[in-house]
Amino acid sequence: MSLLRIRNLSVDFATTGGSFRAVDQVDMDVGPGDVQAIVGESGSGKSVSMLATMGLLPWTATVTADEMTFDGHDLRRLTPRARRRIVGKDLAMIFQEPMSSLNPCFTVGFQVKEALRIHLGLGRADRNARALELFDQVGIPAPEKRLNAFPHQLSGGMNQRVMIAIAIACRPKLLIADEPTTALDVTIQAQILDLLLRLRDETGMALILITHDMGVVAETAQRVAVHYAGQKVEEQPVGPLFASPHHPYTAALLAALPERATERRLPAIPGVVPGQFDRPRGCLFSPRCRYADDKCRTVPPPPLGPDLGFARCHYPLNTDERLAS
Amino acid sequence: MLRYVFSRLATFLPTFIGVTLISFAFIRVLPGDPIVVMAGERGLTQERYDELVRQFGFDRPILAQYWDYLTGVLQGDLGTSFVTKRPVWDEFFALFPATLELSLCAMVFAVVLGLPAGVIAAVNRGKFFDRALMSTALVGYSMPIFWWALLLIIVFSGNLGWTPVSGRIDLIYYFPDPTGFMLWDSLVSGQSGAFASAASHLILPTIVLGTIPLAVIARQTRSAMLEVLGEDYIRTARAKGLPPARINGLHALRNALIPVITVIGLSVGTLLAGAILTETIFSWPGIGKWMVDSIFRRDYPVVQGGLLLIAVMVMIVNLTVDVLYGLINPKIRKR
Repeated sequence: MSLLRIRNLSVDFATTGGSFRAVDQVDMDVGPGDVQAIVGESGSGKSVSMLATMGLLPWTATVTADEMTFDGHDLRRLTPRARRRIVGKDLAMIFQEPMSSLNPCFTVGFQVKEALRIHLGLGRADRNARALELFDQVGIPAPEKRLNAFPHQLSGGMNQRVMIAIAIACRPKLLIADEPTTALDVTIQAQILDLLLRLRDETGMALILITHDMGVVAETAQRVAVHYAGQKVEEQPVGPLFASPHHPYTAALLAALPERATERRLPAIPGVVPGQFDRPRGCLFSPRCRYADDKCRTVPPPPLGPDLGFARCHYPLNTDERLAS
Repeated sequence: MLRYVFSRLATFLPTFIGVTLISFAFIRVLPGDPIVVMAGERGLTQERYDELVRQFGFDRPILAQYWDYLTGVLQGDLGTSFVTKRPVWDEFFALFPATLELSLCAMVFAVVLGLPAGVIAAVNRGKFFDRALMSTALVGYSMPIFWWALLLIIVFSGNLGWTPVSGRIDLIYYFPDPTGFMLWDSLVSGQSGAFASAASHLILPTIVLGTIPLAVIARQTRSAMLEVLGEDYIRTARAKGLPPARINGLHALRNALIPVITVIGLSVGTLLAGAILTETIFSWPGIGKWMVDSIFRRDYPVVQGGLLLIAVMVMIVNLTVDVLYGLINPKIRKR
């Protein structure tokens, strides 16, 4: 029984130029304690699909789904009040820019304790004790002093730790981390990822990690979903995905990793992600795909079966050994 | 924090000197001779004229006159009115409480209505309330003050008879005025009906004077809120599951207050200037009317002193605003 189950999620934004589909028929299953990664380029809809799950999209967005359940709650039918009882408590999220994600007018202690008061109704002394415990847990040195610090007095890494402390304050069942390390130094990145994994081991929460860094994926995730132009084009456990990607886009992404390069010149994927006005008729990746033919350009490929990583491709790669076995 | 306040204070002195220079120069640039104006229709002989010129020191070089004035000001001597022969300082503080009372009421009126209106409009952006409010605010902002005042007097004082037409209190009441604030003095006087009378006299001038600041504050609050509502930390607040009232009223408003407080501070200057017209219409015995009269009489010391004191008031308000910035958003203190 999965903790988060999403079927056929689509998100459309009303823009001045008409409707724009940011997320297109995405499925997702996350079990308790899972570490799920979502990778994709900027604009591939990975953040938007998770913001839709949290109910954090602006009013210009229209969310449709056949199924969207979290921990037995149907997220599509929740009243705003009922949703607020879940969001921030059982379902938490941290964001890319820790510096701008914390309110500059309040101390970080206030911002942590606020969540404790709203969701758990703790008294003043309990809130303080729990906040100290949380700061300690996320590795903030001298927590007593830091509670009274303002976000601008802390470094980006420290602020992200504060964000994590806020997110795990009420012991969530699922933590969504939206590119939590993108804005941080490389050394801090590793610390934050280690922290997230340690917290998962300690608390048993599930983790969804949104990233565009394949290196991060390889080190942390159990399962990986690859998003492209709003669609999930492939999903596999991390080992098989790296060993035998089925979708040409996944293969191209992996080939572009500097560690995997065999030639002097790093292989790149030509072209850019299609925008609102140049969406291809068939497979969305077809204009950039080296294997694409006329069928790819005219007929949208449906997702294949689980043994082929749900790849949305007419001609999946690395199928030979499956067929032979 | 203390260092921040002192760094703000340091900018005070050059501004102060600049204001003395401008107020001194401004009244002298105006055509018209105060001695001739004083003499009026009768005129005066050349000998008497020369005597008065010497007496007022107008024969001395202009820089020497300014130096005398500046040294006097720094010793707390603003000079004596040509017309009434009373010290400018005394005249100002006899009239200032009336202006201050009216301005404070207008400011409270504008803030108490403008701030929530702006917040509600921003939260309901594009909906009926927002559109209605913003077009009303535009009308209020563009309305000529004197016309608006006359309209209100005709309807509420003339047709409906709800409010008095002019003055600060009905003449049947008399009591000592230790503070000069009519609302307070009438309350402590213990005379029944005195406070109600003072309050009813304040209503229309308050609305008239507060209309433009109200419109400005409502619009500024709305646009500041709209900007803040798109910030990442508002998304964080929503991700924490906070109720909308808390997100809008605490997390967003506190950040939006910085530009709003700026316009509130600037409005104080406009209020004191706007008070001139409002006071004239409602026969309100404040400094606005006093200043206008002094300009017509070319009463140099009064105009100089009045301008300087008003400027100092505005400077104090702006200093307070700067300190408030630091209190509201600690990040600003660092700069």
